[in-house]
Amino acid sequence: MLQVTPAAIDRPASATKPPLLEVDKVTLRYKTPNLLVTATESVSFSVNESDRFVLLGPSGCGKSTLLKAIGGYMTPSAGTIHINGRQVKRPGPDRMMVFQEFDQLMPWKTVLENVMFPLTVARKLPKHEAETIAREYIDKVKLTRAVDSYPHTLSGGMKQRVAIARGMAMQPDILLMDEPFAALDALTRRQMQDELLQLWEDTKFTVIFVTHSIAEAIKISNRILLLSPHPGRVKAEVVHVDEARQDDGSAAALERDIHNLLFASEPGHKE
Amino acid sequence: MNSPQIILASDVQPSGPLGNVSAVEQKLSPFETVWGIGAVRKTALILVLAIIWQVYATYLDNPLLFPTLSDTLITLYDRFVDGTLPNRIWTTLQILFMGYFAGTVLAALLTVVAINTQIGTDFLETMTAMFNPLPAISLLPLALIWFGLGASSLVFVLIHSVLWAVALNTHSGFLGVSRTLRMVGANYGLTGLPYVLKILVPAAFPSILTGLKIGWAFAWRTLIAAELVFGVSSGQGGLGWFIFENRNLLDIPAVFAGLLTVIIIGLIVENLVFQTIERHTIQKWGMKE
Repeated sequence: MLQVTPAAIDRPASATKPPLLEVDKVTLRYKTPNLLVTATESVSFSVNESDRFVLLGPSGCGKSTLLKAIGGYMTPSAGTIHINGRQVKRPGPDRMMVFQEFDQLMPWKTVLENVMFPLTVARKLPKHEAETIAREYIDKVKLTRAVDSYPHTLSGGMKQRVAIARGMAMQPDILLMDEPFAALDALTRRQMQDELLQLWEDTKFTVIFVTHSIAEAIKISNRILLLSPHPGRVKAEVVHVDEARQDDGSAAALERDIHNLLFASEPGHKE
Repeated sequence: MNSPQIILASDVQPSGPLGNVSAVEQKLSPFETVWGIGAVRKTALILVLAIIWQVYATYLDNPLLFPTLSDTLITLYDRFVDGTLPNRIWTTLQILFMGYFAGTVLAALLTVVAINTQIGTDFLETMTAMFNPLPAISLLPLALIWFGLGASSLVFVLIHSVLWAVALNTHSGFLGVSRTLRMVGANYGLTGLPYVLKILVPAAFPSILTGLKIGWAFAWRTLIAAELVFGVSSGQGGLGWFIFENRNLLDIPAVFAGLLTVIIIGLIVENLVFQTIERHTIQKWGMKE
């Protein structure tokens, strides 16, 4: 059943396998020209294989910063991040990022070349092998017909599909998605969420997904980490989210619960 | 009692399957198609200007001051046939390519160092700030003392005219590469030179191309000007010298023919060479509207 466990309480002990990703008491700070901003403070969580793990919180809770730290773009000022037992120190192709921005595709490469590029550069595959894999994943995201198009001829949703195909084709340990559908229109966004779930059914990849939409989080994830803002701290973790259903209203109820939890400290806030 | 209801469009408009389908695409008229080609419009403009030139020069009737277009073209043809102009063009282009190539390579080295190190950035910024406003031709007297009367002086001045324009544009292009693309490059584990070549150079290509174009324009103008000051190296002058020489001989149609050659070569490089590169790169990639 659905349950919202306060952060402090022990999480249900996971299976015998050690977690794929372990974030241990991570504090992240970054400098602006005249401030030292603490984005997250002592955040801990772990992600298991095949989890669809969502980082959810209002703006300013450091969820994107946290994802960048997992990606290796930032060094924590305290705490450690381990993936498969190795400490994360720099960006690497074992953690493929999918960004929100449409300009993450290389405009000088076709869809096929964009998906092939990391395979040849980072995994050092021979060209024909990379092409076979790339075509397979382009088929999976239903872009077979656009395989030789340049990114500027594609719609926003198609560009994000290419980025997802590019990430998945590398078969990374974890796919990191930073609000990948935030810049899409509502209809496309829904479609992309469904397609992402379908892809997951096919390959059961592990994904960490950042969003500020509670509905999106519930639809996509099986676990949600709720973060509170200024600075980002773990507020709660929601498990078995995939049990929530649209038809019996349990998804809507969960959405309301999460909303109340996130905004409980703001007395004036109403829906 | 009303409840939500979906009324399908086919119920409202009961028409046959291809009942009133209007044409979605329509061909433009031949004139519109031809006029849409930039080259056609520009050629028409040049023809108009040529006619004005011919008419005015005939009216003026003073070949010493302003020869007619036909005189100029005849001289141009003669000098081409007798081999003078091709020789001069070849001399000029040889030096130009040497200087342009050396300047571009130096600019590439400078910017690669600048993008990877802080001190390199500072060096590049200081040097471009100092030397970019300095017209290359003003270094010619100094170059003549250092390298003597010869091609090396010209190449030195050319390098100066190309280097800063290309380096400045390339560097600002590198800095303008979006953060997302740079993060994508880092994600693939690219660092150092592979990162510059595979991510930064193509991403900054519009700026780099602009730099190359400006560099070319500076180099071409500087070289012709330098040749006007001194043109003879190893007994064979360039185009600038051709103009200067014929002015001294009061062969004004030849002076005009020389100027026309300078313009034509400039046009060919700017409109054929650079536009072809543009069409096959940044236009194809949608990086230029």
